[in-house]
Amino acid sequence: MPEASRVDSFCLSDFDQSIGNHLENAVELSGNPVNNSLKVSSQTISPGPVHLGTSDRLPISVDRSSFMYLEDRLSLLAQKVQSTNHIIIPSGDTENQEGSAMADASPRTDISTDADTDDKNQRFDGSQSLAAVASDSSDRSKDKTDQKTLRRLAQNREAARKSRLRKKFLQGSRSGYGNSSFVSSGRMQNPAYVQQLESSRLKLTQLEQELQRARQQGIFISSSGDQAHSMSGNGAMQFDVEYARWLEEQNRQINELRAAVNSHASDTELRMIIDGILAHYDDIFRLKGVAAKADVFHLLSGMWKTPAERCFLWLGGFRSSELLKLLVNQLEPLTEQQLVGITNLQQSSQQAEDALSQGMEALQQSLAETLSSGSLGSSGSSGNVANYMGQMAMAMGKLGTLEGFIRQADNLRQQTLQQMHRILTTRQSARALLAIHDYFSRLRALSSLWLARPRD
Amino acid sequence: MDRVKDLASKKAAVIFTKSSCCMCHSITQLFYELGASPAVHELDNDPYGRQMEWALRSLGCNPSVPAVFIGGKFVGSSKDVISLHVDGSLKQLLMDAKAIWF
Repeated sequence: MPEASRVDSFCLSDFDQSIGNHLENAVELSGNPVNNSLKVSSQTISPGPVHLGTSDRLPISVDRSSFMYLEDRLSLLAQKVQSTNHIIIPSGDTENQEGSAMADASPRTDISTDADTDDKNQRFDGSQSLAAVASDSSDRSKDKTDQKTLRRLAQNREAARKSRLRKKFLQGSRSGYGNSSFVSSGRMQNPAYVQQLESSRLKLTQLEQELQRARQQGIFISSSGDQAHSMSGNGAMQFDVEYARWLEEQNRQINELRAAVNSHASDTELRMIIDGILAHYDDIFRLKGVAAKADVFHLLSGMWKTPAERCFLWLGGFRSSELLKLLVNQLEPLTEQQLVGITNLQQSSQQAEDALSQGMEALQQSLAETLSSGSLGSSGSSGNVANYMGQMAMAMGKLGTLEGFIRQADNLRQQTLQQMHRILTTRQSARALLAIHDYFSRLRALSSLWLARPRD
Repeated sequence: MDRVKDLASKKAAVIFTKSSCCMCHSITQLFYELGASPAVHELDNDPYGRQMEWALRSLGCNPSVPAVFIGGKFVGSSKDVISLHVDGSLKQLLMDAKAIWF
């Protein structure tokens, strides 16, 4: 299977590097490769405060999450298909089967693995620039040799596996359904089961195609699958793209603010920039609202954020109360009134957060109860089915309320930012917004470092 | 509507909910946390629940629950309550209505 062979082929440090290469691949797709890879590397190695350019690495993680999402699904389906069948073709003469056996079923994953491995190799080559900048020059040549050897080993393993599978298929297809070990197994007698295998295989093919397309286009995926699936997939991907764009714009605005603060600009000028930044925050909350309607679980999962940020995730975003705690020290000197105001704000946001969390817990409990209540009726099967459907309908209703929780959580974040701005002076607001941005961009840089860390 | 207004005036803090609504649970918890003891009326357990829900909607409450009344006056739904709480107005309203004292 593609996923397993990928891990097989490379040891874990290479796997990590290939994740980093995912990042770089996306970067190459998105623009100037040299500039971007340098930017990425400068993020990973610069000490102290991270001053980021326009691209805050998010185009990379957008692609990464979509790649990983697709490849995870691909590997799950591949596992399912490969572990349960050796013959998928239900009928047809042996001649066709032999030929088609190569094109159909699991060997197809072999073919895609070929492309996969080649792709990986390409990325490996491409990765040299990233690896080189991030590590010592003395390691460079050593890395190159190691990777070449690993690649060769991977290809050998791949070839061996393919020939084994080919043998199995030829054996199977030659005797068609006459092969007793398959036919005698009850499952293969069941046409519905065979049908299921067929559709799994088709799904797998579709996913492979999506992956190919994603690699080429890098961002948007038009799924030819069922409407529901493509809708949610698009909602998530669309939001990821919008978020990446939003981050870029925020970086630009923050840089403008920083320049203005450092050059001792007037309050009026600062206020203009700050208003722009706050309005920009309004934008992301609005976008999140739309995304919550399309795919609430994507927002809740935090897959649109970097790993370290995800660690602190609360109801699809940051905790205002925590943010305020961090800011209080950095905002001194504060007047007595301001200190009271900020403390009250922190307490209020904490209380609101707790209230929303409790509501979420109640929702989880309620959902669990709905799903676990047994349909133990003495009535006939139709009664049980009605029961089941009823429970599912109730559960669906409960899931629908998740959107409301995310909406209120974002409302809380938005209100907190605005209230903070009201309490502080213009200059203090500027410092606060800079501090908030720096904190999150350090978290993002930390995620990059973490993902690129060497492991053995 | 009469029933809504009637119930809303009986206590300083009144919240209309539904037993299945978890957001209602959140808002109710918030009030408890603030020290207010709101009167909680579950529409789905009230014989006039349906009409009351209609009345609340006509007041502009969307979604219809949770619907919060302080001092007999309609305050809003969860969004309004959270916004008011963040800028400190909620506490003031509760104090004015003598639902809390500090």
